[in-house]
Amino acid sequence: MDKLPHIWCPGCGHGILMRAIAKAIENLGLDKDKVCIVSGIGCSSRAPGYMDFNTLHTTHGRALAFATGVKLARPELEVIVITGDGDAAAIGGNHLIHAARRNINITTIVFNNNIYGMTGGQYSPTTPTGDLGTTAPYGNIDRPFDIPKLAASAGATYVARGTAYHANQLVKLVEKGIQNKGFSLIEGVSVCPTYYGRKNKKGTAVDIMKWQRDHAVDIKVAEKLSSEQLEGKFLIGEFKNTTEPEYTEEYQKIIDRFIKER
Amino acid sequence: MKKNNIKLMQGNEACVEGAIAAGMRFYGGYPITPSTEIAEGSAQKLPRVGGKFIQMEDEIGGIAATIGAALTGVKAMTATSGPGFSLKQENIGYAAMAEIPCVIVNVQRHGPSTGLPTSPSQGDVMQAKWGTHGDHPVIALSPSSVKETFDLTIRCFNLAEKYRTPVILLLDEIVGHMREGIAIPDTSELEIIDRKKPSQDDKDYLAYKVEEGEYVAPMAGFGDGFRYHVTGLVHDESGFPTNSNAVADKLCTRLMKKIEDNIDDIVTYEELYMEDAEVVVLSYGGTARSAKSAVKKAREKGLKVGMFRPITIWPFPEKQIKEIADKVKGIIVAELNYGQLVLEVERVVKGSSDIFHIGKVDGDIITPDEILSKIEEVI
Ligand SMILES: Cc1ncc(C[n+]2csc(CCOP(=O)(O)OP(=O)(O)O)c2C)c(N)n1
Ligand code: SF4
Repeated sequence: MDKLPHIWCPGCGHGILMRAIAKAIENLGLDKDKVCIVSGIGCSSRAPGYMDFNTLHTTHGRALAFATGVKLARPELEVIVITGDGDAAAIGGNHLIHAARRNINITTIVFNNNIYGMTGGQYSPTTPTGDLGTTAPYGNIDRPFDIPKLAASAGATYVARGTAYHANQLVKLVEKGIQNKGFSLIEGVSVCPTYYGRKNKKGTAVDIMKWQRDHAVDIKVAEKLSSEQLEGKFLIGEFKNTTEPEYTEEYQKIIDRFIKER
Repeated sequence: MKKNNIKLMQGNEACVEGAIAAGMRFYGGYPITPSTEIAEGSAQKLPRVGGKFIQMEDEIGGIAATIGAALTGVKAMTATSGPGFSLKQENIGYAAMAEIPCVIVNVQRHGPSTGLPTSPSQGDVMQAKWGTHGDHPVIALSPSSVKETFDLTIRCFNLAEKYRTPVILLLDEIVGHMREGIAIPDTSELEIIDRKKPSQDDKDYLAYKVEEGEYVAPMAGFGDGFRYHVTGLVHDESGFPTNSNAVADKLCTRLMKKIEDNIDDIVTYEELYMEDAEVVVLSYGGTARSAKSAVKKAREKGLKVGMFRPITIWPFPEKQIKEIADKVKGIIVAELNYGQLVLEVERVVKGSSDIFHIGKVDGDIITPDEILSKIEEVI
């Protein structure tokens, strides 16, 4: 409690997402000493500091690379990465696709607020085209990444999206991500009333949460809807859940070949 | 030591042998000439001793994975050359601030930029000290032979573990690719230092709480049963970030002092014919080999020349060089760059002796004859 007050603005969605992760860890009954949470730099990446595990706040974009070292050196640790949309998909985009490609057993939760929060509202790789940021004063001409699609095509074996509004569902998605023996990516759609919300006239934090409620469609429901009905909506839920060889286990097999020799 | 233990190998291979002997059990890196043999050797040897090797997607990932692994309690290393060394700088600063022991090898090659990738250079001496942002201490050692590469790689790990800090092995292409016969000592003959860990029943463990008279705190590995926070932000004794100027001052001053106050423990050097020397050649790394042969030839000619070879480049052996400058009339600095370590020599000598420089930036080595003619010119 001596860590409070936390650094987040009133109405910020990151706290809700952090709670979902803590709840998922609790529900799974993981040993706190064996949980390692790694983050990069950004408002989102400050979450591990408030969590009672082995927590590692690294450099901007590099969380997954640090986490890869932790996990490979000590596979019995449950390694969870908390990262922002800029941290994960801009400066850290290369580490993201390669961690996914290796299918290393790390669960990554991207706190996507569609903006660079910590540095004051610049456009990010997930800012929708046409939206405003301090560095997109005339409207963003970039096209945004769909981070779950990116991770899935790079080889992640568990991929999902939840939102700060659908917090209970998010707990379940994170639980399944942790249980997946391989690289899992869960995007948590966050709320940044201070920059994204204000710049783009999205109203209060409550208004943005209501927008999430009204525009998120579960992938299972979406299957039954027409493309007109899905116009302007975004998908949440579980997008991919497959099994592939896991990186640290494959490496262990190489070590095992030499155990007899030693 | 058994005679049949003598093996012919490259400096880069000796670096891998030394690292494994020191207890390296993790390597994270990205290939680059002329350091690649260190990655290849590590990939081959690590799984055989139960260690791990990973080729990351770039050098930034290489050092990040290395630091992550080191935090779990293993000894970890990464190796690179010029362009990759530049990429690693931000995370070298991170390891310094978060006090994570690790070893970074830089086999120096010609630059700037991709320069002459297969040619030697000593152009990264200043980058080793000032490459990352902010003020922080650095330890960098530079070997002159294959055997010394083996020994200094071990010493890098020992210093990293003892002072909880990243340590740089400044190799150069000359030594990295040179082949010499070396006797690999038995591990029992080696001095190996392991980081101090908290006792398992230390309920009040704080990862950055330093006891009176100490410079670093014991370091628990992630997963050992002590949960704590690690950050590159200014942090208190628990590791939690703070904006306090007082805490920042205390932390950054301690980081400097832990190296500065232990300079006699960290600095090593080699001296040759110094008793009656009137002129001294100062050289290090691969270039010191040419210097040694030039000084020997000069002695054969009856010239009173000595040689000083810093083995520890950073922290700089100030005290020793000041003493030399008071006794001799000239110091010739021979290094494979346009003038880097010579600036440090000038800084500490403060005019009490003449200083001459032999440098080169064409990708070729400095020959003994070039140094000898300089000696004859100034003596
Ligand atoms: C190498 C480097 N470049 C830039 C920055 C500045 N910076 C800090 S946080 C950040 C963006 C964070 O955005 P995001 O990852 O989306 O997280 P958020 O703050 O929105 O949660 C940037 C550009 C930095 N700390 N380090
Ligand atoms: S700037 Fe935005 S993301 Fe950062 S704490 Fe404030 S509301 Fe949250």
